Amino acid sequence: MSSERINEIVILSGKGGTGKTSIAAAFSVLAGEEAVIADCDVDAANMHLLLKPDFAGSLDFFSGELAVLNQDVCIRCGKCADVCRFNAIPFIENQYTISPLDCEGCGYCEKVCPSFAIVMKERKSGKVYTSTIKTGGIMVHARLDIAAENSGKLVAKVKKDAKDLAKAGNKEYIIVDGSPGIGCPVVSSLSGANYVVLVTEPTMSGLHDLIRVYEVIKRFRIKAGCIINKSDVNEAQSREIKEFLLAEQIDHLADIPYDSAFSSAMIEGKTVVEIQSPRKAQVEEIWKQIKIITNKNNTI
Amino acid sequence: MKIAFTAAGTTWESMIDPRFGRTEFFIVYNDETQEVSVVDNSAVKNEAHGAGTATAQKIFEIKPDVLITGNGPGENAATALKQLNMKIFVNAHNMTIKEAYENYKNGKLQSL
Amino acid sequence: MINNPPLKIGIASGKGGTGKTLLSTNLAAYLSLTQPTLLVDLDVEEPDDFLFVRGTTQSITDQYKMIPVWDEKACTLCGICSKTCKYHAVIQLGSIILVFKELCHSCYACSELCPAGALPMQKHKMGEIKTITSGNLTFIESRLNIGEEQAVPLIHQTHERVEKTHGDIPLQIFDCPPGTSCPVVASTRNVDFVVLVTEPTPFGLNDLRLAVETMKEIHKPVGVVINRYGIGNSDVEMYCREAGIPVLAKIRYDRRIAELYSNGQLVYDKIEDMQTSLDNIIKAIQNVVRKN
Ligand code: SF4
Ligand code: SF4
Ligand code: SF4
Ligand code: SF4
Repeated sequence: MSSERINEIVILSGKGGTGKTSIAAAFSVLAGEEAVIADCDVDAANMHLLLKPDFAGSLDFFSGELAVLNQDVCIRCGKCADVCRFNAIPFIENQYTISPLDCEGCGYCEKVCPSFAIVMKERKSGKVYTSTIKTGGIMVHARLDIAAENSGKLVAKVKKDAKDLAKAGNKEYIIVDGSPGIGCPVVSSLSGANYVVLVTEPTMSGLHDLIRVYEVIKRFRIKAGCIINKSDVNEAQSREIKEFLLAEQIDHLADIPYDSAFSSAMIEGKTVVEIQSPRKAQVEEIWKQIKIITNKNNTI
Repeated sequence: MKIAFTAAGTTWESMIDPRFGRTEFFIVYNDETQEVSVVDNSAVKNEAHGAGTATAQKIFEIKPDVLITGNGPGENAATALKQLNMKIFVNAHNMTIKEAYENYKNGKLQSL
Repeated sequence: MINNPPLKIGIASGKGGTGKTLLSTNLAAYLSLTQPTLLVDLDVEEPDDFLFVRGTTQSITDQYKMIPVWDEKACTLCGICSKTCKYHAVIQLGSIILVFKELCHSCYACSELCPAGALPMQKHKMGEIKTITSGNLTFIESRLNIGEEQAVPLIHQTHERVEKTHGDIPLQIFDCPPGTSCPVVASTRNVDFVVLVTEPTPFGLNDLRLAVETMKEIHKPVGVVINRYGIGNSDVEMYCREAGIPVLAKIRYDRRIAELYSNGQLVYDKIEDMQTSLDNIIKAIQNVVRKN
């Protein structure tokens, strides 16, 4: 296989709490040095708790813009505050000040300021890390600053770094823990993927979220498979999910019953395949299946 | 006829960039003059949002007759591309530009 | 009671799926047995409290944001608009100006800087607010249309609306979006107290820490509810003790809760400990808020 043809596998769930990250981390351990891991669930990054990255390389990350006002040249005319639709330029103690929490970075104030007192600066929103994890594999991950927002840009950056490292190291897989929701970061998590693994739960909102996120996947024509986690909590809902999978030709990868093994492993800082339980063999089996499916897709 | 590829590199052997909005380069091939040119789109890296529409504006300046890409444009970019009289072919990811071109010639790519 | 200002409680969590919906809906339904209560679902991108509230729909109102609309005849194709917009929500393709409604942040820059006045701002529907009543419970659902990226303006509008039309309801519960970014900040800005829901696991602890830091940033008093108590370890409790954050209640892991929840059913009237937990939560909050 040419080193450039890397299988990029994205684990997605639509909404949090379905066990997506636990499963993605288990795959990462199974793949070991064959894969580079990309944690794109930056809003609530948790994968590091199980994979133990060393945070060896780090780089500040900038996303969007922020208005910065230079009081020395400001003539206090108030034009900026007049045009700002986000009330981000309050008049406090006799001067106009930018409130970073409110500024949307639209740049309007900069355009109207008569004395060029405002410039738009890139907004620091967090850090991107390149680490070696406990298996010896490589992981790219990020940490957002407080109240900073994930963006398509950040996700694209994490994935791009992972891809470069995968190419350089001749790796076969990139395993991506995808972003929640259906917005811009999800689109960015998905684009370029070879296969999507959906992790869902048999609840009313689980199916609803699954349908919504699958709309996005379909639009990008990416093959998908689905794991129904905690499948035994509601058999009727599980059946409904399976009907949906069949209708949409989504591979039904597995039903995983509720098992405290996931949280027991987590407490030891491990993934479910690193402790003894029936889940170990099951998750190993799922990963094997995913490898077969993606390798077949990739060689046509 | 001008054919544009979303590309992860700048040569004929580069891989297709499956992404439209965040593609790093466009490789543009004119099959009448056999000229190849490269358009750098890497500035789009700096866009937190709206990468798709920014790139659509770029492709408008190139004005190709055919666009060959991987996943296909997102919703907003697709709306913008409708304004161009351009055929779009997708599913060319995991191919080099050369392979994508051959597959296109042989009618093996899926059109949008 | 009548003359007191209402008690506003935000329910939030560092990430989705920890039991925020479970707590919001059960707390609201339970409290409404004895007094008028308001429940507001501010998780506008994926509201799901409605699955648990059955009542009569009183009203549905469209919510709008302002977007520029291109006036082809007036436009001189100068290109200023597309260079102005930081979000690429307005682009120029030759002799056409295209506006992408969902990407627009309604900053008015392109519209007001257009030299030809060719981009007047107009209303565009971005979502709706639904009011449902069920006995003493008033339920408001705020829902963003699919594809819209701007949750914050709708959250602000919902808060305004609540203040205007339901400001007199003594108990108000706001189910906030998950996470630690702008939508949560917007949702919790004018509440008196924030309940953070978490799980007793390393993931739960990590998410809780981030949520606590965010709330510190906006100076909100917080308390923690540990859901699925018993499945993990005691690190969350230890953290709370060290950080001086009150643990308001521990909701024991119970398979029946998961089953009822998965079917869209409330649990407070079916699981014995639940009412005690809910009582403890509300009492603890009232104490903190009264002290402040
Ligand atoms: S950049 Fe826009 S949002 Fe920020 S202060 Fe200036 S006008 Fe306000
Ligand atoms: S517009 Fe410029 S000069 Fe006027 S108050 Fe604002 S920053 Fe100061
Ligand atoms: S700024 Fe106004 S006149 Fe200029 S291109 Fe845009 S719409 Fe047309
Ligand atoms: S109002 Fe602002 S965000 Fe909307 S299109 Fe115009 S410049 Fe862009």
